[in-house]
Amino acid sequence: MNDIFILLTASFVAINAALLGAFLILRKMAMVGDAISHAVLPGIVVAYYFSGNKTSVFLLIGATLSGVLATLIIDFFSKKAKVQSDAAIGITYTLLFAVGMIMISGWMQGNADIDQECVLYGDIALINMDKIMIDDNLYIGPRALYVELIAALIIGGSLLFGFKGFKLLSFNEDYAKALGVKTNRWHYYLMALVALTTVVSFEVVGAVLVVGFLIIPPATAQLVTRKLPAMLFFAALFGVVSVVTGYLIALWLDVSLTGMMVTVAGVIFGIIFTIQRIMKSSKPKLVIEFPSTK
Amino acid sequence: MKTFLEFFTFQNPNVVYVVLGMLFINSSSALIGTFAFLRKRSLIGDAIAHSLLPGICIGFLFAGDKNLVFLLAGAFVSGWISIFLVDYIVNHSRIKQDTAIGIVLSSFFAFGIVLLTYIQKTGNGNQAGLDHFLFGQAAAISRNEILLFAVIFVIILVSVIFFYRSLILISFNPEYAGSIGLSVKFFEFLLTSLTVLAIAAGIQALGVILMSALIITPAAAARLWTHNLKKLLVLAVIFSVVSGIGGAYVSYAKSGMPTGPWVIILLSFITFFSISFAPKRGIVSRYFIQINNKKKITDENILKTIYSMFEKDEHTTPFSSVQLTSVRSFDTRTLNAGFNRLIKKNLLEKKNELFSLTEFGAQESKRIVRLHRLWEQYLLKRTRVDSDHVHSGAEAIEHVITPEIEKELERELGIEGMPKDDY
Repeated sequence: MNDIFILLTASFVAINAALLGAFLILRKMAMVGDAISHAVLPGIVVAYYFSGNKTSVFLLIGATLSGVLATLIIDFFSKKAKVQSDAAIGITYTLLFAVGMIMISGWMQGNADIDQECVLYGDIALINMDKIMIDDNLYIGPRALYVELIAALIIGGSLLFGFKGFKLLSFNEDYAKALGVKTNRWHYYLMALVALTTVVSFEVVGAVLVVGFLIIPPATAQLVTRKLPAMLFFAALFGVVSVVTGYLIALWLDVSLTGMMVTVAGVIFGIIFTIQRIMKSSKPKLVIEFPSTK
Repeated sequence: MKTFLEFFTFQNPNVVYVVLGMLFINSSSALIGTFAFLRKRSLIGDAIAHSLLPGICIGFLFAGDKNLVFLLAGAFVSGWISIFLVDYIVNHSRIKQDTAIGIVLSSFFAFGIVLLTYIQKTGNGNQAGLDHFLFGQAAAISRNEILLFAVIFVIILVSVIFFYRSLILISFNPEYAGSIGLSVKFFEFLLTSLTVLAIAAGIQALGVILMSALIITPAAAARLWTHNLKKLLVLAVIFSVVSGIGGAYVSYAKSGMPTGPWVIILLSFITFFSISFAPKRGIVSRYFIQINNKKKITDENILKTIYSMFEKDEHTTPFSSVQLTSVRSFDTRTLNAGFNRLIKKNLLEKKNELFSLTEFGAQESKRIVRLHRLWEQYLLKRTRVDSDHVHSGAEAIEHVITPEIEKELERELGIEGMPKDDY
């Protein structure tokens, strides 16, 4: 039963991340996702310090805000201070991560709940310790699962109702602006959702490996299809397949569960990439290529 | 103060190791990071740093203990493979560079974590401390490692000095470099190898995540102070080394404080300072430059308006500010401030609430109107700009025409004296 709960929780992490990651990739902001996932660390530590609880609402909001703060700092660096954008991303997330690490070593000495290792790869095997019971004896699953479920509802709902906005934002921001769409609002809304995903996934997969869930499955989906709904579907599918396969292999080899899940995601990307390369090179070119298709 | 003296008189041999280590590691990464920054490939450093982890683990599995040469060799190979993969993915699919970096970085890192847990499960007693590569442990720098870092630093320094000209070209204009026969591939290979080397050297002291800051941040901060590449390299190294030693001091003075994160905090502080206060490119000085420009434009517009009021009479009579605003509208406060500045600059005189141009002011106003009309004539005669639009074009550019451009315009149009306003 515990296995199923772990798989379910990890699958929700993968689905949440894959859906948002698809938009990040389309907006050429994959590394901003990377930055946000590192940058939520100080938010998590501060909120944890004050609430003493890893799953409080307070923590979720605080940490999500620090993720949004990271994107604000990046925008400040690149727009106001005219630092080139790749450097702006690098400066921001290393700084916030460093702040988080200093907080951990300053305040969290000897605290078992939040330490450096769980920052990196979470402790998915331990999520079952934090149980939700009904009537004191009916066990209905770990708390993390429900947190992920709520996040999935928020993300799914936002994408469903805001699909048009996110789509316009991703494919043609200038056109969206010309139509009168408030692109800035949509941008920060998307960033807030990304921050939320990394925060809720923090205790399950860690701050660094969530990047793998955000970027790899949608990128694999991008290889397979050009349509947005199909891309979202395949991204989620690849995410879940990586989770299940990675889980089984990791149990068999007795190694890090989340590490293996992301490794499998990478391998799936590699396999599909290679298959496409082979198919492309073996297919004789009969079609006339138009120069403007790119 | 006591710890300060203790630290900087180097009584403790560990302090010497850490300071020397920081010196070599930070100088290497700042030097090579500057080129990465100029080539807009800063995040490549991030990818390399994360991707070293599996290499280090494999090196450990081969050696059976923490033999630094094996670990670095493994790190070097896996760092190299990661860069190759990023470029390969970008060149052979629709996937963009930053996505490719993200894919490679997270898969390699995840694989590294898998290997790390595998090693931990094998119960090899030598593996203790291997996880320093994740977060870094500057205090653990030993004597042999210093020697290795020094060698790496010398390799990087010598390569940069020896290939300086070519590296500049590759960084600023790879197409041109290729066209004059430089082997772009070779120098890209060289730069990548040196980057991997620099990161591999620092990874044990700072850890995979913070190491990328040492590549990116010093150059970004130094760039705000200078345009000159040599100065840029020197400044980046200074910023990086100062923060390195500062971080080591904080960690020494307050036990339990990690060195690496403090290095990054200090480095970021220098960056924030540079962004705010650097001359010319800093936010504060750009703000003042902007304000001064606005003032200059107002002043020149006032002078121009006065000239046009009296152009036909050939001489000026005293006028009130109401008369002036009837010709061209100004905001009252802006206008009064402009009048005050003009009086101060001895361009304008004020008697009984009436203004008149001084002789110098008359010259100056004539000069500006002349620039305006020269440009209008240029637009009319040499470009296809419509006559309805030449005025607004000239309105924007008249404030920045230098005497050299003025001469050029005169020569081009064959106009001496005041051009006519009769288009």
